[in-house]
Amino acid sequence: MRITCPHCGQRGLEEFLYHGDATPQRPSDGGATPTVEWTDYVYLRDNKNFAHEELWYHSAGCHAWLRVTRDLSTHEIQDVRQA
Amino acid sequence: MKYSGLAVLREALRGHTGWKPAWRDATPAPEYDVVIIGGGGHGLATAFYLARHHHVGRIAVVEKSWLGSGSIGRNTTIIRSNYLLPGNIPFYELSMKLWEGLEQEVNYNAMVSQRGVYNIFHSDAQRDAYARRGNAMRLHGVDAQLLDRATLRAKIPYLDYENARFPIQGALLQARGGTVRHDAVAWGYARAADRLGVDIIQNCEVTGITRQNGSVTGIETTRGFIGAKKLGLAVAGASSLVASMAGLRLPIESHALQAFVTEALKPLIDNVITFGAGHFYISQSDKGGLVFGGDLDGYNSYAARGNLPTIEDVCEGGMALMPMIGRARLVRHWGGIMDMTMDGSPIIDKTPVENLYLNAGWCYGGFKATPASGFCFAHLIAQNTTHEVAGAYRLDRFAEGRLIDEKGVGAQPNLH
Repeated sequence: MRITCPHCGQRGLEEFLYHGDATPQRPSDGGATPTVEWTDYVYLRDNKNFAHEELWYHSAGCHAWLRVTRDLSTHEIQDVRQA
Repeated sequence: MKYSGLAVLREALRGHTGWKPAWRDATPAPEYDVVIIGGGGHGLATAFYLARHHHVGRIAVVEKSWLGSGSIGRNTTIIRSNYLLPGNIPFYELSMKLWEGLEQEVNYNAMVSQRGVYNIFHSDAQRDAYARRGNAMRLHGVDAQLLDRATLRAKIPYLDYENARFPIQGALLQARGGTVRHDAVAWGYARAADRLGVDIIQNCEVTGITRQNGSVTGIETTRGFIGAKKLGLAVAGASSLVASMAGLRLPIESHALQAFVTEALKPLIDNVITFGAGHFYISQSDKGGLVFGGDLDGYNSYAARGNLPTIEDVCEGGMALMPMIGRARLVRHWGGIMDMTMDGSPIIDKTPVENLYLNAGWCYGGFKATPASGFCFAHLIAQNTTHEVAGAYRLDRFAEGRLIDEKGVGAQPNLH
């Protein structure tokens, strides 16, 4: 698996760190009290197959956060953009 | 037919013409009292313990492919109960006790081999952590021994004790840990469940979960509708996909984990050894191949294969621990899909949907848990209450803040 970084070009997987599903939205209430929204945000995932939007950090490259769309059934990378 | 020495002798005398298939290839009935989705180790164990210990009526196991085609046949066959946290130790120890009696209970040779699991440590801090773990185990009545370097070296002489970066200081030994022939676990439970009247329905993929007034009524499958008064999910690797058919979102991500087998070698490693300074564990199968594995690949995946950086990382761990394996040739490697939960611990619980029960989130520790998982899930389905040793494995523990995080890394499934 290789990711084409918009800044550095195509690079091997070992240059990147994975940070999971890019779609959960952080609640805006500050989190002082536990809410259903916070539980959803921190713990629950759709975890569907096929196209998955996810965050990768180019730690051994330009240090950019990338929003990658990848097919989970084949690992094919369909889209990469700056997060 | 009961398997025994006498049966082997009798069949030898009549040309082995009397052996019967180990289980019936059942066709689905219109309705069952309990349907278990997932014909792997956990699902088949659940069906067996339901039929053996509970009176719940007709039971079926539905499997989308052939029996045992999932993670039960794709793991590294290790059993152990060397956990740290109170929510885990009694559960895994029940599992170990069930392993110890498994072959007699199901009348099937599963090649249970208590050859000992050695967790190697490489620093003073790690010795303290392993001593703490060993003490926690002993407080729960589980066997654990802390071995110093000289004792370990006398038992396992071929490790790289002089490694400059990761010097070996000793090991935590669980002598009752070991390995079990993984496929035989599925076959043994399947045969024993079948003999108790359980219908095992293969090549039957679930496509929908039907509900009425918030309660499960059955499943839509590729072989038609099957009514179910109670429905249990034991489909680790695909739990989120199947649970979504009932409108549930789970605290789970699916990840790929790779494992490896070398060419067959003469008997060399007569126990299970884990490297403490990286993630690498190894044992030798009875066919002679060295079976080893390491970390997850680390990204969500439903493709049952991994990538090269992880293979390199695992093999580097192996070389740091036992350089003698460097010239062994790898003949096979494969990937399995793991239900990785947000705290690294499993879920055996009721769900918000009435009569729908969930057994999921086994991360990469599901094989060793097979008997206790089936035992406790059967208890839950039959009695509608949680078994005492699985009391911590609740679905609502994430919302409640009662996580069971053995590694203490938080809600990062790829790090557990």
